[in-house]
Amino acid sequence: MSAIYPDLENKKILVTGATRGIGKALAISLARQKAHIIFNYRKEGPLVQELIETIKSHGAQASALFFDVNDTEKMTEALTEFVKENGPIEGLVNNAGISKDTLILRQKKEDLDQILETNLTSAIMITTVLARYFLKAQNVSIVNMSSIVGMMGNIAQGAYSASKAGLIGYTKSVAKELASRNIRCNAVCPGFISTEMTENLPEKTQQEYLAHIPMKRFGSVEEVSDLVSFLLSNSSSYITGETFKIDGGMYI
Amino acid sequence: MELQDKVIKLVSEATKIDTANIKANTTFVDDLNLDSLDMVELMMKMEDEFGVEIPEDETENLKSIQDVISYLETKQ
Repeated sequence: MSAIYPDLENKKILVTGATRGIGKALAISLARQKAHIIFNYRKEGPLVQELIETIKSHGAQASALFFDVNDTEKMTEALTEFVKENGPIEGLVNNAGISKDTLILRQKKEDLDQILETNLTSAIMITTVLARYFLKAQNVSIVNMSSIVGMMGNIAQGAYSASKAGLIGYTKSVAKELASRNIRCNAVCPGFISTEMTENLPEKTQQEYLAHIPMKRFGSVEEVSDLVSFLLSNSSSYITGETFKIDGGMYI
Repeated sequence: MELQDKVIKLVSEATKIDTANIKANTTFVDDLNLDSLDMVELMMKMEDEFGVEIPEDETENLKSIQDVISYLETKQ
């Protein structure tokens, strides 16, 4: 049973990349906390409608905004309009991310650009656009979804690890610059978490990964959601600029 | 209320510095010790109060109360 943080109730929290994986689980977990979930989507479809319904079924508010995180102009427009109508956003989870694994010597510039843009640049630009509203709200928590790979590196994940390490650096700068305004910023580094992505890995690969995890199991999206909920809530009110591994001890 | 009084009152509220210590020639950085983030917040309050948009690069030129008053006058 997950912890409930009463102060998250009705808190307006933007989660990017919430239509699947960890982001989706997080949106649902925050719905259980009765937060007002704002999420973006790139394509109309059953996934979006389904998520709205799920959030509402928990008695929480859902706002779906149509923008691609990489389209700074549309993103700015959508968020500015939302804030004008609903008031400041008080929580942000920069979760949207992609990976395109390839060996160092085969790295294509266009893939690198895409990875950096989606995983790092978009998080920075969304934070930039929302910063003025965060200053007005004065009690804000930002969580950047990094990765354990951002700390330890990984074969075939050069660009991905660079983007995720970049998020950790950015997290610390935001924390320092905005701490005096009671705006907190932390990074979360999941290790191997069971999602559609990891379930598709060959059995042999899964076994190899498990061999490196002291807890001998993959994490669940709910476990990650619990940590993020804690960081969004006032229960973590004195924690900022920190990087949290959630990896069953893989990187000790 | 005169524009100058309104600006001074707003700066006083934002900085918790007594209006008696804020004059037209008072500067934000040297006299009131505001840092760059304080300035951003102050300009946001000005925007709300006076219904104008103060572009980011304009704020660099607004060093004193008088600068702000002059700027607002051009916008009215």
